[in-house]
Amino acid sequence: MSAKHEMELENGASTLGGGAKTKPFLTADRRHLLTDPFNDENPITVQVLGVCSALAVTTQLKTSLVMALSVIVVLTLSNVIISAIRNTIPNRIRMIVQLLVIAGLVILVDQLLKAFAYEVSRQLSVYVGLIITNCIIMGRLEAKAMSSTPTESFLDGIGNGVGYGAILIVVSFFRELFGSGTLMGIKVVPDALYKMGYVNNGIMLTSAAAMFIIGIIIWIQRSRNTKLIDVS
Amino acid sequence: MDLVNIFIKSAFLENMVLAYFLGMCSFLAVSKTVKTALGLGLAVIFVLGITAPINWAVNTYLLKEGALSFISPALADVDLTFLQYIVFIAAIASMVQLVEIIVERFFPPLYNALGIFLPLITVNCAILGGSLFIVEREYAFDESVVFGLGSGFGFFLAIVALASIREKLRYSNIPAPLRGLGIAFIITGLMGLAFMSFAGISL
Repeated sequence: MSAKHEMELENGASTLGGGAKTKPFLTADRRHLLTDPFNDENPITVQVLGVCSALAVTTQLKTSLVMALSVIVVLTLSNVIISAIRNTIPNRIRMIVQLLVIAGLVILVDQLLKAFAYEVSRQLSVYVGLIITNCIIMGRLEAKAMSSTPTESFLDGIGNGVGYGAILIVVSFFRELFGSGTLMGIKVVPDALYKMGYVNNGIMLTSAAAMFIIGIIIWIQRSRNTKLIDVS
Repeated sequence: MDLVNIFIKSAFLENMVLAYFLGMCSFLAVSKTVKTALGLGLAVIFVLGITAPINWAVNTYLLKEGALSFISPALADVDLTFLQYIVFIAAIASMVQLVEIIVERFFPPLYNALGIFLPLITVNCAILGGSLFIVEREYAFDESVVFGLGSGFGFFLAIVALASIREKLRYSNIPAPLRGLGIAFIITGLMGLAFMSFAGISL
């Protein structure tokens, strides 16, 4: 992974700094590609991409961690591939091409998980298929990869993948803690509390609760960052 | 009578958006005004109504175990169901591309209002979900047509309802950071809870 990353670094520097002197790899613009998804351009809370999977997998912390990792891998690779061949894709059939690339990568991830982490893949079989219909991937392909260089798309993919994963982890933390009293499958709410009459909140396990939690995350985020507030 | 039941069931009792929480991204992002919501709702009815029977046929005559036996008896035990995702999504993608070309040509204002969410109907989980439900519940051809139209109609109703609520909300006193998207998330959650009351009805 790190070797690949360095290769990207060199490619980026040589294509961009082709003039008299080479520019640093992380110019201000590029750093924004990585950091914006955490705040101003978060895929879930600002761009509204990838909400369905955020509802489906967040009942447990563990599944959302694996989902976040797989999405980062698929998103980054598909962004790089599509942006490398973007000038050869005819506009009329671009969706089918994009989906074939995504589906191919998802099948690859699925097979890799089966080969090297069979236990995890058995728990996740359905969710890995869900990545194909995760709109964050196709959304980023349409919005970014179709119009920028592979290096920029690479950074954009990592940034958005991590920004998406961050929300997933926060939501699943609260849902698992209050819904089943566990974290990563380990019991954290002490028995004494149950004896005093505490009950797990069943509504936290429904998708509606995920909507409430994301709504509250948006509320907190926008009160700290007032330029995101919807004026209309 | 069965067909009517399937229609009502797919539109209300098992509403894609409010009961299964599928297709959320475009549901939340395009429900700012009733006008764009109507446009997207109609596009989803169209795409679901067409892809449901197409994917039914693909599954029955190509993918299902033993489906290829009409070519030669030797193929009777070929099972291609592992190709389901990729074949279904390819059929959906070509339908959406068709819709995009039509909308761009004849309704340019709607095309601009929908923006990125028109191509994103492809990855709207409600559509792929519809095709997978048809396989899972073993619907016949006519049932799958009705199911596709019913689910599309359910999506249409839900997105128009949310858009109307959001238009009214403009006159209410919501804390500024919660306005827009934040309150839309919370309202959808509440609508979903309300739809749980349909769970007890059996048709």
